[in-house]
This record gives sequence, structure tokens and C-alpha cells, in this order.
Amino acid sequence: MPLKALTGNESMAEAMRQINPDVVAAYPITPATEVVQIFSSFVADGLVDTEFVAVESEHSAMSACVGAAAAGARVMTSTASQGLALMHEVLYVAAGLRLPIVLCEINRSLSAPINIHCDHSDTMGSRDAGWIQIFSENVQETYDNVIQAMKIAESSRIPALVTTDGFILSHCLERIEVLEDSEVQSFIGEYKPAYSLLDIENPITVGPLDLQDYYFEHKRQEIEAMREAKKSIEKVNKEFGDRFRRRYDFFESYKLNGAEIAIVALGSTAGTAKVAIDSLREEGKKVGLLKLRVFRPFPYEKLCEVLQKFKVVAVLDRSDSMSSTGGPVFTEARSALYDLTTRPRFVNYIYGLGGREITESDIKKVANEALKISKTGKIKELVQYLGVRE
Amino acid sequence: MKKYGWKELPLGAILKGEWSTENFPTGDWRSERPVWDEEKCTDCFLCWIYCPDSSIIIKDGKVTGINYDYCKGCGICANVCPPKVKAIEMIPD
Repeated sequence: MPLKALTGNESMAEAMRQINPDVVAAYPITPATEVVQIFSSFVADGLVDTEFVAVESEHSAMSACVGAAAAGARVMTSTASQGLALMHEVLYVAAGLRLPIVLCEINRSLSAPINIHCDHSDTMGSRDAGWIQIFSENVQETYDNVIQAMKIAESSRIPALVTTDGFILSHCLERIEVLEDSEVQSFIGEYKPAYSLLDIENPITVGPLDLQDYYFEHKRQEIEAMREAKKSIEKVNKEFGDRFRRRYDFFESYKLNGAEIAIVALGSTAGTAKVAIDSLREEGKKVGLLKLRVFRPFPYEKLCEVLQKFKVVAVLDRSDSMSSTGGPVFTEARSALYDLTTRPRFVNYIYGLGGREITESDIKKVANEALKISKTGKIKELVQYLGVRE
Repeated sequence: MKKYGWKELPLGAILKGEWSTENFPTGDWRSERPVWDEEKCTDCFLCWIYCPDSSIIIKDGKVTGINYDYCKGCGICANVCPPKVKAIEMIPD
């Protein structure tokens, strides 16, 4: 397998080149600019057959993607932060029309105050839009996830977004294994759209008015599709692993065997957590990591199965849902285990907002506090804010 | 009319065929109906111009009636009909 030194952005653009979508409509925004800038040079150099639509905003970008996908095209785009927020309205349209668009999303905080660095508030803001959401720990995963997302989206007829952490991964050079163009093409296969607006022999109507009588039924279909998408994800993960020997699942269990407490994290922080856990294990401390990869659909059943044996689960959230009781990963993970008669204690750590660095010692602090709770059974504070100055 | 369940409906409300508002009669929204008087009508077409739907029927350059399948009874036609003519009157439906 060829090795390349690529940044997160370059790896996403490379995956897009190999997928060779019919249409890409995009608008530049830091730190995702490079993804479409690099891809547009692939278009200019004739390396892809893609129709590149340079639009005037992200709202237009997603609108053009919806139009192209409804016409039966294989469609991709990329954005970050405010750009994803501006797409928000149209994200629901893509999901509601069941268009398998793939979005390369670079996690970045939302204004105000203005900040261009990494956190997950942009992606979590579109949590309920009906898109599959896959998080990446490193550049290799970013690349692999984009390729898998195309197949997952098309087989489940739900749009998918793959995230990579702004600057931490988007601008970080890593050595990764890339696939041959032919391998990517044979893996994703030919796209057969369910319908096409351009098929004048078989006319269709897209986006009719759907009032009290039928809207609910169509949303029920979407909910069911998200449940069914779990099967698609499993199937695609397995096929990817069998073919290319890199295994993926809804989440990764890292040293959870024999652990007393578990840390839950997603994105690049999982890498830092692994280093911290290795070091803690050397000290004889029984700690492990559950790295959540697929956040939508949320893998309730599997998560419950794996986490139920722990005394304490510490959830790391790189965004706060402003509910006054913690972040989105915390509330969902805790809810997943609620029905158990004996269940772990949960604590939440909000961290890294606006790109605030998270270090090995931060994770060790979390682990040590969780071990203390495990021993004493006492939680001083349910939600804490890692590294925030008082 | 049978109401379909979510398992029976086309995904994403994508409908096969060329559907248009023609397939969606809106006449039952009406609480008042316009009654047109052929004798009084001068064929000025003001009602036809102002009708927000296309419920004023024109044939061979003349007004010939009102399409009650789509007329929602807004009363604009009766309102724009010149006061000296008064060819359209709104009555309870």
C-alpha cells in the first residue's frame, strides 16, 4: 500500500479525488479551505471528472449539492464552523430528501467571540439534522472515514459528514497509507441514484408540501433509516477491514479489559488519551478508553454493553450544549445506560473549547479523579471545565 | 380517503410522475363563493388579472365562468370588478 505524508485537509482532498464525485459545490472557510482549494486544482488539472461549482456562500453550497444530488449525481462538499452553521437549514433538506451527500467537516468553534480553532460545537450544532456523523482520531482515519462515508451514505440513503479536528489534524502532517485509485473505485462501486430529476422519461416531483397529514410519516421513515444505517455502517466497516486490513467500528475500545474506570472521548483527543492511559497503566492504574467514532446514529446498545461493567465513566466533551448540565456526548452516553439496574457513575469534563490545548496531564487528572470516585463513591462536581481559569 | 402509513409512502416524499397544483383542488378551503353574472360582465379581465390562482375561466376572448375546484373564495375578483359593472358577487358557500 502506498505511503504518503498528508495533512488532514490533504487526506480529505485525496480521498475526494479518488472517489471522483460528479459534483462538488463549496465555499472556502478556515480551516477547511484547503480541502476544496486542493480539490479545485485537481479539477483544473483534469485529474477528476467533477463539475466544480464555486458558490457565494455555504448556504448556496449545500443548496447546489442538494440540487445536484436530486439530479442523480454523486456529490461531496467541505466546510467548517460558521460555514456548517450557515448550511444548517439546507442540511435538513438533504436529509429529508434522502440524498447521500458526503461532507468533509473540519471541527472549529463557533462565534462569538471569534475563534478559528478546534472544538466540536459546529458539528454538535447539526447533531439533529439527520446526517450520519463520523469522527476521526488522526489523518489515517480521516482518509479512511471519507471513503467509507461515501458507501455508508449511498447504501443507507442518508447524507454523512466526516469530521477531522481543525488545525490539530487538518493542518498536521502524518504518514498514512493510501489506497490505489482503482481500489477506492471498486470499493465504493458505481452510484445508482434512487431517482433523478433529469430523467425526463420518468418524471418525479421533489419537495411537495407535506402538512399535518403526512409530514410525520416521512420523518418516521427518516428515523427508521437512521436505525437501519447502523447495519450499513457495520457492513461497510467490515468490508473495508476485510479488503484493506484497517478495522473500524462504531467505537474503539482501548485497554478497557481489566479497567476499573473508562474515559470516553472522540476525535484527536483519543490519541492523547491513549498515551496518558499507557502511562497510567504502567503505574498500575486500571484505566481504559472508549473512543467514539460514530456519533450519529448513536450506538446506544453497543455502548451500553461495553460500558456497563465500569464503576465510573468520565466523558470528555469538546463542546457544551448550554443545557447547564454538560455536553452532548455526556448526556447521550449517560442516557444509554440509564435502564440498567446497576450502572456506572458518570462525570463530564468540558475541554478544549476554542482550540484550548488538552495534554496528557489533563487526561491523567480526569483518570485519577475517576479512580477516586470509584473508591469513595462520591462525586464532587458532575460537570467540570478542564483547564479553565477561575 | 385512506391515509397511508410510513411504510407505504415514497421515501422522502419523492413522488413519481409530474405532480402539480392541478392535482390538488383547493376549492374546499372556501367559505364564500364568487357568483359571476354573464349579463353584466364587460370582459375587462380585471378579475382574471388579479385572481391569485387561475380560477377565472376565459374562452375565445371572453370570461365564461369561475373554476370552483380551485377558487379559495378570497373575493379579490369581486373587489376589482368595476363599481359600475358589479358582475361578481360574493355569497356564503
